[in-house]
Amino acid sequence: MTEAETIARWVNSGARVLDLGCGDGRLLKQLWQTRQAPGYGVEIDDVKVIACIHNDVNVLQMDLEDGLAAFADRSFDYVILSETLQAIHRQEPLMKEMLRVGREAIVSFPNFGYWRARIQIALAGHMPVSKELPYQWYDTPNVHHCTLVDFEALCAKLGLRILERVVLTNGNAVTFLPNLLGSLAVYRVST
Amino acid sequence: MIVTPQKARFTQPLKLTSGAVLPEFEIAYETYGELNAAHSNAVLVCHALNASHHVAGTYADDPGNVGWWDNMVGPGKPLDTNRFFVIGNNYIGSCFGSTGPTSTNPATGKPWGADFPVVTVEDWVAAQARLADHLGIERFAAVMGGSLGAMQALQWALSYPERVRNAIVIAATPRLSAQNIAFNEVARQAIMTDPDFHGGHYYEKGVVPVRGLRIARMIGHITYLSDDAMMEKFGRVLRRVTPGFDFNIDFEIESYLRHQGDKFSTYFDANTYLRITKALDYYDPAADYGGDLSKAFARAQADFLVISFTSDWRFSSARSRDIVRALLDNRRVVSYLENDAPQGHDAFLMDDSRYFAALRAYFGNIAL
Repeated sequence: MTEAETIARWVNSGARVLDLGCGDGRLLKQLWQTRQAPGYGVEIDDVKVIACIHNDVNVLQMDLEDGLAAFADRSFDYVILSETLQAIHRQEPLMKEMLRVGREAIVSFPNFGYWRARIQIALAGHMPVSKELPYQWYDTPNVHHCTLVDFEALCAKLGLRILERVVLTNGNAVTFLPNLLGSLAVYRVST
Repeated sequence: MIVTPQKARFTQPLKLTSGAVLPEFEIAYETYGELNAAHSNAVLVCHALNASHHVAGTYADDPGNVGWWDNMVGPGKPLDTNRFFVIGNNYIGSCFGSTGPTSTNPATGKPWGADFPVVTVEDWVAAQARLADHLGIERFAAVMGGSLGAMQALQWALSYPERVRNAIVIAATPRLSAQNIAFNEVARQAIMTDPDFHGGHYYEKGVVPVRGLRIARMIGHITYLSDDAMMEKFGRVLRRVTPGFDFNIDFEIESYLRHQGDKFSTYFDANTYLRITKALDYYDPAADYGGDLSKAFARAQADFLVISFTSDWRFSSARSRDIVRALLDNRRVVSYLENDAPQGHDAFLMDDSRYFAALRAYFGNIAL
C-alpha cells in the first residue's frame, strides 16, 4: 500500500481537497480520477507549478510559510500536507491554519525514529541519508524532522484529535513498533 | 508571419456605461491562424494602454513593424496559431483604427475630439462582443490580456460568462488603488494643462499637446518598471563625461524617459490617453456588490489562469491574489502563477521561460 492509496482510501468521493506542497499534482490528479474529488494544489517551486498546469491540476503558486489567507474557513473537506511538514519552518501555525480551512487534515512525514535513521546517528554517527531522506545535512530542504511520538505530542499540545494513523515501510503497513519500524507516517486529524 | 489589419463596421448604436450612445463604430482587428470548422479555437487577445490590434507578425509593406506580443503569439509560440485562431482587436476610444476621438463624428462631419464619450472596460467588452458575432464566434476558447488587457479578460468572464471557456488574466488588478489613480491624474493634468490642448479641440487648431503627452508617458514609464530593473538598466550612468551643473540631460534614465516621451507624443492621441486612464480608474467590478469581489465573480463560468509578477508594484501580486481568492470562494477552476521576473509591470511583455512554459502548458490543455 502506498501513501497515495492510503490517502485515496480516506478521501470521500466528491470531497473538496486542498493539497499543500502538491509537487507535480500527481496526488490531486489521482484523487480526481479515483474519487472525483475536485481540488487545488499549493506549490512554490516554478518547475512543479508548470508541471501541475501541464497535468491539468489547479495549482496556486504561494508560499505556505505565509499562511493560508487565500482560503476561507472550512472551505475544504481535507487539507493534505504530504511529506512537506518537515520542510516547514513553523509547524504550529500551519497546522492551525489547515484545520481552519479544512474539516480534517491529512499529514504525512518521514519518520525520523525509523530504525535505519537511528542506526545512522547512533552507530555511524552521521545524519541519516535514505530513500525517504535523500539529502545531505547541508543541502536538505528539511528543517524540522520529527518522529511519530513527536508529532503526536504536537497534536496533543494543539488539542487535535488523531482520527487515523497508517505507518508504512516499503509499501507495507507497520503495526508492530511503528515508531521504530515505520519509515513513513500518515495521519488523519481534526480539531 | 505577414498579417493584414481589417476593420469591421457596426451600425447598431452602442449604449455606453456613461449613458452616452455611439451611433455607429468600427473596430480594427487582425487575425492569426485559421478558425476551425466547429469555431471552437478562437482566442481573443486584449491590449493594454498604448498597444493596438497589431498583436503579432509584420506587415508586407512595413516589415519592421512587429506586433506587440509577437513573442507570445504565432506558429509554435505559447499561444500557437497552428492550433488557435487568434484575434487582436483595438478597443473603441483608441487612436489606432477603431472609432475614437480622432474619428469623424457623423453628426458634425468633424473629428469627435473632446466630444467623444468616456468609455469603460465594460463598453470595450460589449463592442468586442459585436466583433465576435461578426466573426461567427459564439464562444471563445480563451480571452487573454495583460494589465488593462487583463481587465478586459476579467470583464468578458463577467459580462458574457457563457461565451468564455478560459480567461487568462496577466499582471491584473480588479480595481485601481488610490495611488494608481493618482498617477493617472498627474498624467491627465499634464495633458490638460498643456496650452496646446485647447480643451481637447486641438485637431482643428492644427496642434498637438506634445508637452503634456511626453510628461504623461514619462510618468507612466516610471510605474511600468521596478526600482531594481530601472537601477539595473540605467543605474546612475551619466550621459556626459562630467555633471553639467545645468538642466540638460545628465543621467541615462533622464535620456530614456525623454526618448520614450518624445516617441509616444508622435503617435498617441491625447484625448485617447485621457479616456483610457479614466477607463482604468473607473474599473471596479465589485463596486455593485458592496466591494465584495467574490460576489461579483459569482456569475463567472470560465476557467481561469491568473499570472502576476512579484516585482510589479503598479498592479502588485497581492491584487492578483485578491482575484484568486474571489475565484476560490466561487469554486472556479483556477491556477495561479506568481512569477519572480524582475522587470516590474512590463514583465508581462517579456520573455521568461517559466511564464511562457506555463502558458504553453495551459493552452496545450484547452480541448478544441
